[in-house]
Amino acid sequence: MASNSSGGGSSDRQRIAQQRLRIIAGHLQGRVDGDSTILAAECKAQGSQTDVSSEEKKTVPRRRQEIMKWNGWGYSDTKFLFNKKGQAEFTGKRYRLSGMIMPALKEWFEGTFGASMQHKSLATPVLTSSAVQPPILNEAFEEELKSTGIPSSHDAEDRVYRAHGHCLNEIFALREGKVGRVPDMVVWPNCHKDVVEIVELACKHDVCLIPYGGGTSVSSALECPPEETRSIVSVDTSQMNRILWIDEKNLTARVEAGIVGQDLERLLNESGYCTGHEPDSMEFSSLGGWVATRASGMKKNIYGNIEDLVIHVKMVTPQGVIEKSCQGPRMSTGPDIHHFIMGSEGTLGVVTEVTMKIRPMPEYQKYGSVVFPNFEQGVACLREVAKQRCAPASIRLMDNEQFKFGHALKPQVSSLFTSFLDGLKKFYITKFKGFDPDRLCVATLLFEGDREKVLQHEKQVYDIAAKFGGLAAGEDNGQRGYMLTFVIAYLRDLGMDYYVIGESFETSVPWDRVLDICRNVKARITHECKGKGVQFQPLSTCRVTQTYDAGACVYFYFAFNYRGLSDPVHVYEQVERAAREEILANGGSLSHHHGVGKLRKEWMRETISNVGMGMLKSVKDYVDPKNIFGNRNLL
Amino acid sequence: MASIAVYSHRDPMLKKRDDFEDILEERRNSSDLRYALRCYAPVLYKGVAPCKSGMLKSMVLQSDQLHYVINQLSKETGRTTADVQVQASAILEEMAHCLQLSTVRFFAFTLCKVFKTLFRSICVNEEGIQRLQQAIQEHPVVLLPSHRSYMDFLLMSYILFTYDLSLPVIAAGMDFMGMKFIGEMLRMSGAFFIRRSFGGDKLYWTLFSEYVKTMLKNGYAPVEFFLEGTRSRTSKSLTPKLGLLNIVMDPFLKGEVFDVHVVPVSISYERILEETLYARELLGIPKPKESTSGLFKARKVLSEDYGSIHVYFGQPVSVRSLSEGKVNRCQFNQQPRHIPRRTGEDINSFVNDSAYRLVRAQEENMVLAPWVLLASLLLQNHHQNQTQGMAVDELTAQAVWLRDVSRQYGAFLHWPEHIPPSEVVSSSLSLHRGLVRICEGRVQLAVEPAGAPAGPGEPHSSVTQEEELLSRAVTVLSCASYRNQALHIFVRPALLASAIHTASSCQKQEVFNSFSFLRNMFSNEFILCPGATVQDFEEACYLLGKTGALQVTQQEVLVTEGGHRTLAFLSNMLDPFLQGYQVVCRFLCEEVTETLTEKLFIPAVRKFIIKHLLEGRLRYTEVLSSDLQKNSLAALLRIGAVRKVQGVEQATLKVNRVMVNSLEDTLGGKLPTQKAVVARL
Repeated sequence: MASNSSGGGSSDRQRIAQQRLRIIAGHLQGRVDGDSTILAAECKAQGSQTDVSSEEKKTVPRRRQEIMKWNGWGYSDTKFLFNKKGQAEFTGKRYRLSGMIMPALKEWFEGTFGASMQHKSLATPVLTSSAVQPPILNEAFEEELKSTGIPSSHDAEDRVYRAHGHCLNEIFALREGKVGRVPDMVVWPNCHKDVVEIVELACKHDVCLIPYGGGTSVSSALECPPEETRSIVSVDTSQMNRILWIDEKNLTARVEAGIVGQDLERLLNESGYCTGHEPDSMEFSSLGGWVATRASGMKKNIYGNIEDLVIHVKMVTPQGVIEKSCQGPRMSTGPDIHHFIMGSEGTLGVVTEVTMKIRPMPEYQKYGSVVFPNFEQGVACLREVAKQRCAPASIRLMDNEQFKFGHALKPQVSSLFTSFLDGLKKFYITKFKGFDPDRLCVATLLFEGDREKVLQHEKQVYDIAAKFGGLAAGEDNGQRGYMLTFVIAYLRDLGMDYYVIGESFETSVPWDRVLDICRNVKARITHECKGKGVQFQPLSTCRVTQTYDAGACVYFYFAFNYRGLSDPVHVYEQVERAAREEILANGGSLSHHHGVGKLRKEWMRETISNVGMGMLKSVKDYVDPKNIFGNRNLL
Repeated sequence: MASIAVYSHRDPMLKKRDDFEDILEERRNSSDLRYALRCYAPVLYKGVAPCKSGMLKSMVLQSDQLHYVINQLSKETGRTTADVQVQASAILEEMAHCLQLSTVRFFAFTLCKVFKTLFRSICVNEEGIQRLQQAIQEHPVVLLPSHRSYMDFLLMSYILFTYDLSLPVIAAGMDFMGMKFIGEMLRMSGAFFIRRSFGGDKLYWTLFSEYVKTMLKNGYAPVEFFLEGTRSRTSKSLTPKLGLLNIVMDPFLKGEVFDVHVVPVSISYERILEETLYARELLGIPKPKESTSGLFKARKVLSEDYGSIHVYFGQPVSVRSLSEGKVNRCQFNQQPRHIPRRTGEDINSFVNDSAYRLVRAQEENMVLAPWVLLASLLLQNHHQNQTQGMAVDELTAQAVWLRDVSRQYGAFLHWPEHIPPSEVVSSSLSLHRGLVRICEGRVQLAVEPAGAPAGPGEPHSSVTQEEELLSRAVTVLSCASYRNQALHIFVRPALLASAIHTASSCQKQEVFNSFSFLRNMFSNEFILCPGATVQDFEEACYLLGKTGALQVTQQEVLVTEGGHRTLAFLSNMLDPFLQGYQVVCRFLCEEVTETLTEKLFIPAVRKFIIKHLLEGRLRYTEVLSSDLQKNSLAALLRIGAVRKVQGVEQATLKVNRVMVNSLEDTLGGKLPTQKAVVARL
């Protein structure tokens, strides 16, 4: 996790002082890495320099395949596997968990899913180019594009990488070596001006454009509409990844929209700042993607969601560039045009530059966790915390199944003493306090701010928790909980090696409905699996991940062993659909932050009413009458 | 538990039904006391321990729903909330059950003794019990037994106790509570009491519905109530009442539970304890005073043989799957769930449809004794040639014919296969010897006063003609109540048979119009699912076609050579109702003045009918049944031929004579049924 490093103790002051110095130095000398130029006008020159060394510091190269999996989550060097001894292992060096062994995972995995080490379902190792349809070319467009010097590619791998997000069906198909409609070409604009040119050319030659940021969509938003007959061009914004300027007086920063979360945080941290926007996908998801899907970050309680963070947006549409004339913090100028952009899911244009709020990096971070005797008590506690508006940077409540799952991911303990201590804790909670191990649940906490206040805040939250029967359960459990969110996507790939498929989905719901929706959706999943012939008990679990004044965000995980099913993906889709129906019937929203894409389109009308649909349609019709941005998301 | 299958009903043409097991068998062989005191540890819903009644009450009193209504009432009436709260507690106190295992054990012991004296066997389908047990563990359960006798709910609790299942809490009418001691005993065995009518009382309604919902939502105990609302005096299923069904479905619709399982239970008595009591009630003959003489009679009851009881626990019905595609649960998302709101049209019709489906599920699994067929045949015979009766052989032959027909129609008939039909018939007749007389090998209904048959021509001394008529009617109505048990099997084919009879041609459309008219007229009389006219018509055509009585083509409905017998039987079955409705129509046309109140309707129409019967203008004594009279009035009100005008004190009936007259003629086949006829009216 990117910001973990700041969790230290006494040397904080020193470190902050150093950071300050670095910022000042940065201002005096210009950026150390030549990429982050202050003037956008220079971008052209940059774009023509195609030497590799200039891309060194970027996380995301143009050829994603150099570092990332083509048919799974994340970095190529990082994955879970069961080693020869049958123990789970996490490879690579990138994460805290990397290189560690998780002795309990196998048992949990086998026990929960009925999976077996003997039954493997491995992925097709390499992509065969022949599986990819030859591109539909629009020669006039390409001719003119070439003259602009914007890099592009027809390479099959490049195209396949940009044809999918991370929905189960997308990854499952790739693992089987199946490729559907893919973009016919990929372009890498280097700056706003490049995008303007691309969009103009696309309009002129009637080419379909699909903006591509981090490729972490879980709403089938990147799926190319199979019925699209025009040439589809994927506009990969990954090379537009500079911080254009930092305004310390107003605490804002102008950033190119292609930057991915971890780079944005890292670069800002170098200047002593952060945005505090940390969606679970922040390693790979991009700023433009956040804006286009109305993203939400883990620490929104302090920093806000994307709509609270954004001050100014520039988007290139077929009708031209849309932006506000000033950077005022709030405006009463009719409906906020930002709200047409945020959540537009690439149907109106390409977001190119964003001015965001920034904050000085927090002085102090502290994890924590609370064990509750049951989920009901836990929810009641979160509700009270929200009522008193004293939520820490992050507060999440996992249900019992997830608590057990978290436990299974505990790395091998190094000393006898630690394992003794663990045993003692367990004894204290289950025997002495009488918590039922099959009912208890845990809330993970993350506090941030200056030290004094964090400690004070911590006490306040633990006091509330105590009223609901909660017991403080240590920093470790908390930290492990947050780590889980970054590695869980890797775990899905492990599951898929052993006939287990799964996915997560989310919703937001009023407080009085939280318990009902959790119970009913979980039960619905189990019920539907049974009805659809799934042979094994599915994992159906949830957690409350965000609190609001009037409700909460609930996340569901759902996975099952598909041995014995002829069309597991279809079964999976049916169950997920039923679960979504259940969510809606129980007063949950269509999505809290994943967006609609094409996966949840069918419920849009009932969600926003006929008139609402009409409003959005008329905007689309005005902005993009030729449906240049033809990914067909949302509407 | 003795696991001897008393009999098994296997007919390849029918859907499989479970086997029965006699639970009295074991009771006859081992100690009742030990049974009553044995360890009772039922499986629980998700392991939730039952909740103490005090706890339950306080949960209800603290509910958001109640608070909301109390505040509202206090605003409306100017009373303090504390005042309303006190009233609420008092109502709840009056309502709540306080189940005590000791009382249940007492009942278990006593009922053992009583049941063993009264009944030959109490047969329960074990598989149904297993299904119920499964359901109780997974979902909140609602038990919906049919209601034919006071015994029903004690019997239910007895069976559940026997099988070590969670004891239900039972919605009982307030009239039970009138019986001081008994009322409290019942309360301690799980009954809670509700007022018969509390239409406008918001506070009462809220308390009552919260009370039921709290029990259900938390899965403390299965909730049991009678969908028919009251005991059916006629053995026909009654039009379902929707109030409680609405309440038990509400937690599911509002997402407070994942699902609710509803279990229809069919309780069939071979001989009903309240047989003549019901008949008298229907005839308006005042009940004998509850007194020592009553007690004496009750003792007489104990010494008689009431045959067997069959209790069939039906397939648990998931409310979730019932509602699929019919209800949009999102409608509850727009406002806090504790604020009462008017239920949507879709919910009302969903609950109504479900109620009918559940009553039909009860009907389907009702076990019919051979006597039910005999009663049908004897009644028809009685009306055709009043005095001669039927030769036993002929009765047997006809019964065997009817047995086969009814099985083809899907009847759940308990006809012992290993005994010759003649013995089946004679043993049935002997069980019901109070209703039949066998004389010189001929059987007839025992309609003449048993002691001294009135000599021909001899003037009646002590009994008036009217009294004699009524006493005959008691037998006829008792007998009719057995025939009614089979009505659900025959009603659709019978409506078709009558429709063919009255239709002016055998054009399918014409027959359908006629069918549809009759069905509409009788939809307060029989369980006919609303809006299912076409399905019912097709079902009837299918059944009669399958048995070879009809030939149904695209255009025509033709009676086959061999079909006349079936059709005659079927239309005869419906004839008393047809005639009855006509008489009621005639009464309304001829006799009703401007001032007939709803209350006076029954006595007035009864008088009119008695006159007709005595004058010989009407054959069917069973038309004297107040049930039929009420149903026909309800039908006429529904159709709009009669209107209720709210008067100063009471509602008076305002008759549209032209319309009623024309309905009467259509029923009598004098007017053709066309859509236009009704429309013009």
